[in-house]
Amino acid sequence: MSTDIQHNPEKNPADNRSGGELIRLEQVTKRFGDNTVLDHLDFSVEAGKHVTLIGPSGSGKTTILRLLMTLTKPDEGRITVDGEQLFPATEKQIREVRKKIGMVFQQFNLFPNMPVLRNITEAPVTVLGLPKDEAEARARELLDLVGLADKCDAYPSQLSGGQQQRVAIARALAMRPKVLLLDEVTSALDPELVAGVLDLLRDIARTTDITMLCVTHEMNFARDISDQVLMFDSGRVIETGSPEKIFNDPENDRTREFLSAVL
Amino acid sequence: MKWDWQAVADFMPQFWDGLLVTLQALALGSVISFALGLVWALLMRAPSRWVTWPVGVVTEFVRNTPLLVQLFFLFYVLPEWGITFSALTTGVFAIGLHYSTYTMQVYRAGIEAVPVGQWEAATALNLPVARTWRVVILPQAIRRVVPALGNYVIAMLKDTPLLMAITVLDMLGQARLFSQENFQFTEPLTVIGVAFILISYLASLLLRALERRLVH
Repeated sequence: MSTDIQHNPEKNPADNRSGGELIRLEQVTKRFGDNTVLDHLDFSVEAGKHVTLIGPSGSGKTTILRLLMTLTKPDEGRITVDGEQLFPATEKQIREVRKKIGMVFQQFNLFPNMPVLRNITEAPVTVLGLPKDEAEARARELLDLVGLADKCDAYPSQLSGGQQQRVAIARALAMRPKVLLLDEVTSALDPELVAGVLDLLRDIARTTDITMLCVTHEMNFARDISDQVLMFDSGRVIETGSPEKIFNDPENDRTREFLSAVL
Repeated sequence: MKWDWQAVADFMPQFWDGLLVTLQALALGSVISFALGLVWALLMRAPSRWVTWPVGVVTEFVRNTPLLVQLFFLFYVLPEWGITFSALTTGVFAIGLHYSTYTMQVYRAGIEAVPVGQWEAATALNLPVARTWRVVILPQAIRRVVPALGNYVIAMLKDTPLLMAITVLDMLGQARLFSQENFQFTEPLTVIGVAFILISYLASLLLRALERRLVH
């Protein structure tokens, strides 16, 4: 396969989407001081699915992504990714499981001291042990995919927010993750730059097998790409279903309230 | 009191010797303080209190005792334990050590100023911790602290005359020697005063150029 992400142009969106369970959270609890952000949460995501987490701020959506990326640890519970335990686990186990997961941040978090190409090749070379020229060839393909083929040598500060976020997406994909975590990736962008980034993600969702977990306030985007929408409130999933059901015919009063406030 | 150009000319050979010693002390003292300060700063971030506590105590002690006392201690007390270095070596080490306890605080501030998102991105990419320090955190931290480190270079320059106290013939040492031999104080002291200003000025120009190069 020549392209970097698991590209499959023949694919019917209905195929390949039932590769079994990829992510499982069991009875996961996370507290910050007295504040219980996640309260004995259970949920799982099947391989290849695109799952969107919606809900009021402070409801624990971002915390789930941060737990999966091991940026924070739960207080209780068990997290499994692709059959391997992520929590509780040793540092060595965590490093192995983390290879399967990529994340794109609200604030991009590109390394400002490195040119764009190096931002993308650093981890494939040092973590996956890819030869430098191979990593660079892949990085160029990815930059082409995100529409920034001419920005290899630019530094992040020379790019717009939208361009930085595209590089961040390319950087995450360069590690060939099975799961891509998207944490409010357009919230820090100027309004005119949002559409471009969302279109890119729609493309990736349509043409790859990557499992996606999105926290977003872009409800149209959520409706377009999701196989499943989870509505969060106070650290619990209060409603779950297809985007058609959640957006058109929500059952829970809190979901209705939330959607009427944001739509 | 009258200005005697002949005295200036007579002082010049000694002045060059003294200048060389001052510049050596400054350059080596800077290198030591920059390197050692970074080591202290990194050790202070160790997870174990068995590391941070002794490092904290030692550096606090060095920072809060006078450089002159440290010079005397290293020069006169260490030889009693069989540890002997030349006066200049002792002086360079003392200056470097003393100022490393200041530069460590500069580094600490620089490291803390690197946004937490940089650590998180490195974790998300599974970069090993040592690699994260080397290619992500330190390059950004050090870039931020170059101006502050530069200020300590100037401060160190102004402290090099203390080396005279342990028999090092820096610029001031040479000026004093010349004065005592010739009973002419004005000319040599004026010459080295001007030299100190020029060195400070050149050093600040150099640092500003470095700062510009480091900013993207």
